[in-house]
Amino acid sequence: MNDIILQLSGITKTFPGVTALDQVSLDVRAGEVHALVGENGAGKSTLMKVLAGLYKAEQGDIIYQGRTTDVAGPLDARRKGILLIHQELSLAPELSVAENIYLGAWPTNRFGVLKKRELRSKAQAALQALGCAFGPDVRVGTLSVAMQQMVEIARAEAFSASVVIFDEPTASLTDTEKEQLFHTIRSLKARGVGIIYISHKMDEIFQITDRITVLRDGQVQGTLETAQSDVNQVTRMMIGRTLDTYFVKAKADFGAEVLRVEGLSKAGLFNDVSFSVREGEVLGLYGLVGAGRSEAVETVFGVRRADSGQLVWKGGVIAPPTPRQAIDMGMALVPESRKEQGLVLMMGGRENTSLPHLSLFSALSVMNRAKELATFEKYRSALSIKTTGPDQEVSQLSGGNQQKFVLAKWLCAGPKLIILDEPTRGIDVGSKSAIHELIAELAEQGLAVIVISSEMPEVLGVSHRVLAMSEGEIVGSFEGQEMNEENLIDAVSYHRQSAVG
Amino acid sequence: MTLVSNSRSDTFLAVLGRWLLRNHIWSFFALTVIVFSLSSPFFLTVNNLGNILTQGAFIGILAVGMTMVMIDGEIDLSVGAVLAMASALAIGLQDHIGVWPAVLVGLASGAALGFFNGTLVALSGMHSFVVTLGGLIGIRGLVFIYTGENALMVTDFSYTEIPEVYLGPLSMTAILFFALALFFQWVLTSTRHGRETYAVGDNVEAAYDSGINVKRHKIINFTICGTMAAICGILLSMRLGTAEPNAGKVWELWTIIAVVLGGTRLIGGYGSMWMTIGGVLTLAVLRNGLRLLNTPNYVELMVMGTVLILAVALDKLLNMKEET
Repeated sequence: MNDIILQLSGITKTFPGVTALDQVSLDVRAGEVHALVGENGAGKSTLMKVLAGLYKAEQGDIIYQGRTTDVAGPLDARRKGILLIHQELSLAPELSVAENIYLGAWPTNRFGVLKKRELRSKAQAALQALGCAFGPDVRVGTLSVAMQQMVEIARAEAFSASVVIFDEPTASLTDTEKEQLFHTIRSLKARGVGIIYISHKMDEIFQITDRITVLRDGQVQGTLETAQSDVNQVTRMMIGRTLDTYFVKAKADFGAEVLRVEGLSKAGLFNDVSFSVREGEVLGLYGLVGAGRSEAVETVFGVRRADSGQLVWKGGVIAPPTPRQAIDMGMALVPESRKEQGLVLMMGGRENTSLPHLSLFSALSVMNRAKELATFEKYRSALSIKTTGPDQEVSQLSGGNQQKFVLAKWLCAGPKLIILDEPTRGIDVGSKSAIHELIAELAEQGLAVIVISSEMPEVLGVSHRVLAMSEGEIVGSFEGQEMNEENLIDAVSYHRQSAVG
Repeated sequence: MTLVSNSRSDTFLAVLGRWLLRNHIWSFFALTVIVFSLSSPFFLTVNNLGNILTQGAFIGILAVGMTMVMIDGEIDLSVGAVLAMASALAIGLQDHIGVWPAVLVGLASGAALGFFNGTLVALSGMHSFVVTLGGLIGIRGLVFIYTGENALMVTDFSYTEIPEVYLGPLSMTAILFFALALFFQWVLTSTRHGRETYAVGDNVEAAYDSGINVKRHKIINFTICGTMAAICGILLSMRLGTAEPNAGKVWELWTIIAVVLGGTRLIGGYGSMWMTIGGVLTLAVLRNGLRLLNTPNYVELMVMGTVLILAVALDKLLNMKEET
């Protein structure tokens, strides 16, 4: 069973300013499970959207069953036998299982009236082939997540799919459910279906797949036989080395401890996280996506609640704060997603900057516009932000300039601790190094800084000390000579490997 | 970076053009005024214009509160019923506790009902559409119980003379509408509360992460909206001298139409009192003008429905242009 069923050749897709996919080639054989791995932003989902007909590639061909094929849209892909199973299931909860299996492609007569009996019997057959325990008439909303996933997989039967793409299929499954899913995948495989399996979880990849293709920055880094590779090798290919950039590191001159986190735990997200950070210190938090880094710091800042653990702020134990209390104590959190959590996009830079500290910019709750403008101008020139004026909506700015406003917003009240979650994701090189310089400057002014990053050179370049995090736990702490790429990769991948065994 | 241009070189016309683009309703308003001036000799008279403003002011005062709630991304369907409640209390109680205390109780009932709506929305997490839909029916029922299903009449007719204060052709009702609209425009642009309103409406997650107490904030805006409805109800009771249990029925719809016509968006985060004033006046001019032309009532409804959809479509069109 070595016939190639699907071949992508030289796929290139660009968005304004970014090359999301650069000459990507990939082949899937009938009866194989082919893993697609890469960090967030590596281009996995863009590639899958091209395959499902949601995006049109500028260059390259999709050769399916030996013929160059044009995929017009998701339904067209499904009819041709290419089925994408999303991470977020695409089911209508109020409709029955049978109606969902044929969603949008229901058998009808000439007048558009549903052929219910045909629908039901076809769906029944598909469910039986998969060995599902539920019937075609059940309302989908009443099923568990794992069963709902089976409904999506039943589409593979119903449309006799020859290629099935799983996007992070185990994200919300229990271990038993996962085993059942793997059983199903193996039976699809046995019937000669080609499977693309996207996941961040190395243990699963080594358990179920035959080959692994690694994507990074929109380029294929290589395809490996799973049996002849190991976690370390794959991790290395995923992370790779980025261009050597010059990093400024703040002088190591530490003061008193600002924050200590002790045994912070939240079921399913992170477990027993402890660390501390001092004045003037830059603490790096390294880990791959899904390691629980963002969730842990969001808990410190009060956006989430922990199950257990305690926070010590400047030597005193504090109750879990609300964001307001955290801000008033002197914490600042620059979140990972600036558009969702960081900025009010319809507001200008002036209004965004003052948002967390409205009381500082107002008297008797009347806003002091002059003070706002002065602060806006101060940060506009200090961070060299490019904007037409204080009221230009930030939605119109580039990513780098938006990120600078998020920084300005948190810096203007003079925090004691600033937490930066992926501060340079998706921004241009110039803004990147400006932000690196700013980090060093802030630390030298005596702030405690926590930098979360999945870019290894960045986290090594700016931090005095780096914690490695994996699967919700802190798996290593490195300083001085110890703080290097080898050790970090080992810490992160060793932990993952031990999870496999 | 293509969007970066030197804003200082902008001429007055360019600024005006941009303002009109954002406040497209004023172009609509001008158009309706011109059309009716040409088609009816009675339209452009001081007397008639004064009438338009007074008639429009009732919906206008409701629209002021509604605008606050809508910029928050919420809606209040109970304003018509709250209005009836306040007007019934103001008239029903004045024989027992005196005129001004009765008016105050009326106002307080509006604030309390608004507070109740807001608390329910903020604490339960139910959508305000559902909560205030419940309020629309429930409060109306309460009004019927209180009034005993009859219209309450004032006994002391000096009550109906209270709003008979004029500044030229402007009635007190109209003046109050403009004053409230301008005051809340100032609140929106120049106070913490106003800033929070836009932030919560546009990106509630960022607002919460920035330390804004989103729940308390929403409760305040619903309370403002309820109070505005009570003010409207009391003015109406003064004007009519009676409190009908059915007063203000479907006014919540006209209010929403006026606000949306103005350009404030139902999804929140965008809008202003300037837009709302424009929407209210356009609606009032349309109603008045069509009546002057003796248009049958059902034609009037068709025209207003069409205008509403046209205005919102124009808004979509202009904003698409702005974005590309």
